Amino acid sequence: MALTLAFAALHYGSTWSTSSDVLAALVGRGDEAFVILNWRLPRVTAALAFGAALGLAGALFQNLTRNALGSPDVIGLDTGAYTGALVAITLLGGGAGMLQASSVLGGLAAAAAVYVLSAGRSGLSGLRLIVVGIAVNAILTAVNSWIVLRAELDVAIAATGWSAGSLNGVDWDELVVPLSVLGALAIVLAGLAHTMHQAALGDDVAVTSGVRLDRLRLLLVATGVGCTATVTAVAGPIVFIALAAPQIGRRLAREAGVPLLPAALAGAVLLLAADLTAQVLLAPTALPVGVVTTALGGCYLIWLLMVEVRRR
Amino acid sequence: MRRTARTDQLLFLTVALVVLLGALLAGVAVGARSVAPAEVWRALFDYAGTDDHVVVRDLRLPRTVFGVCVGAALGVSGALIQTVSRNPLAEPALLGLTAGAGFAINVGVLAGLAGTQLGQLGLAVVGCAVASVIVYAVGRTSPLRLLLAGVALTAVLMGISLGLRLTFPDVFDRYRFWSVGALAGSERIPLTVPVVVVALSLAGALLMSRPLSTLALGEDVARGLGAHVGRTRAVVLLLVTVLAGTATAVAGPVAFVGLIVPHLARRIAADSVPWLLVHSLVVGAVLLVVADVGARLLLPTGEVPVAVVTAFLGGPVLIWAVRTFEAAS
Repeated sequence: MALTLAFAALHYGSTWSTSSDVLAALVGRGDEAFVILNWRLPRVTAALAFGAALGLAGALFQNLTRNALGSPDVIGLDTGAYTGALVAITLLGGGAGMLQASSVLGGLAAAAAVYVLSAGRSGLSGLRLIVVGIAVNAILTAVNSWIVLRAELDVAIAATGWSAGSLNGVDWDELVVPLSVLGALAIVLAGLAHTMHQAALGDDVAVTSGVRLDRLRLLLVATGVGCTATVTAVAGPIVFIALAAPQIGRRLAREAGVPLLPAALAGAVLLLAADLTAQVLLAPTALPVGVVTTALGGCYLIWLLMVEVRRR
Repeated sequence: MRRTARTDQLLFLTVALVVLLGALLAGVAVGARSVAPAEVWRALFDYAGTDDHVVVRDLRLPRTVFGVCVGAALGVSGALIQTVSRNPLAEPALLGLTAGAGFAINVGVLAGLAGTQLGQLGLAVVGCAVASVIVYAVGRTSPLRLLLAGVALTAVLMGISLGLRLTFPDVFDRYRFWSVGALAGSERIPLTVPVVVVALSLAGALLMSRPLSTLALGEDVARGLGAHVGRTRAVVLLLVTVLAGTATAVAGPVAFVGLIVPHLARRIAADSVPWLLVHSLVVGAVLLVVADVGARLLLPTGEVPVAVVTAFLGGPVLIWAVRTFEAAS
């Protein structure tokens, strides 16, 4: 399904191309090869990779918090990464590398703050984690808008557009670093997958079978933060993919727990679909994809709550 | 015993009113332009039309009045909604009411309905009402869930509003500053209508305090005492909607005031609903005026919207509230 959608997305731009043109372009021939290979392909690749990364991050966090709502965007990670990025743009004036580093740092700091503030004597409670996340989110959003208001007008406009989360104008040069970072993180995750499944059996079982829970959790959190922050640094905060993808992936895969691969696939499909919607919806104006994911994701969250209400 | 409790309340109210007076003076006297205290005095009581006088009387004075109004409205609506829903985390902005009002105004702008002040107020109140119905229907089973439903609805509405703003930038240019929640510029709005609406609703809230305190004992007890549970609830929700809607229409989305204020007021008012409302009214006004003065001074070059200040103050309070609330239950 991801492949079909990707193929469809390659057709679409300011004009529709025919399927034969797209195929020809993919092997490097035809009149539209330039447009398709250099403008549309990077965007589609980015949508797939970022969607997968967000789906993974969501799955990790939902696993850790044991809560369908415990996704990185709900607990303030995106906003933290955005704060980091804003600091890099406005105060440090750094290049792309600096931007990504400080966005990762921002995300990590926000996650650490939420984690520390919500940890209590009774351990981590899912709902408390989320409400603390909402609070930290609000504080950081305040800081962000303060920074944007302080900034010069052109920086402010760029930052505001970016705050919606957008894939508009992504090209290959920008993608090299994030794609390699995401690749590395995926390999780390693949290494951890087995231990993670053991841990999912319950804390006691995991400890007796030799899993070092604290270290595992730390690694998983770090990986999840890495995924989210990398995406945020390039595309701005794209919310709710991380929330919805793992759940959809789980339903499709019909497995217990929060399996990673289906989550990643579902994330990729979701983001690409959302990005297409964003482009088509008010054509020729391309909306930032974040607007679409926010609106749809919020509806999804409400629906999720309704289902839970009905269940009890 | 009862007598001393009442004396304490009155004593505190007096202190709070004195603080409010101080905050009002600061609201009039402090700002980006430094005006000598003597000049401030003369601007208020011996108006001569100099630049200093214009700043004090025509900019800061109405703005401070709005601050009092918005703060009192948000504080009391927070106290009302927390009491009636028996949910210590309830707050107009967190529950999506403010987002509903803002969204309704955005849509109204697009449809050309938001031209008049009354039109904006009406839109805001309708938006609030619709949002509260949706959030309540989704999240009524638990306090935290109610909050989440509010946050989700806020996200949906903000996403759509942002999309609209990006698509029709011209229309929304004027509403750019409104959308961040600020009192700056509010001096250009005519005072009368919002002040009257807020004052009437606050009076209504105080009148409702007795039935509300019966309701606070629990639904069954209240019924047993012969209270009209449904009617009380409906009136209170109406008041909440009008208060939150008016505040939003004037100042834009200002979050957390409705959360912080009742929590502070409850420390003093203990279990008394009437005192809770009175204290919330005064404390809300103080908080917003002080936050607004802070907002003027935070940046050397310009102003921070007051909502940014309140969010910054309110986040920690939410964290503290959820921790104590969970420890208690």
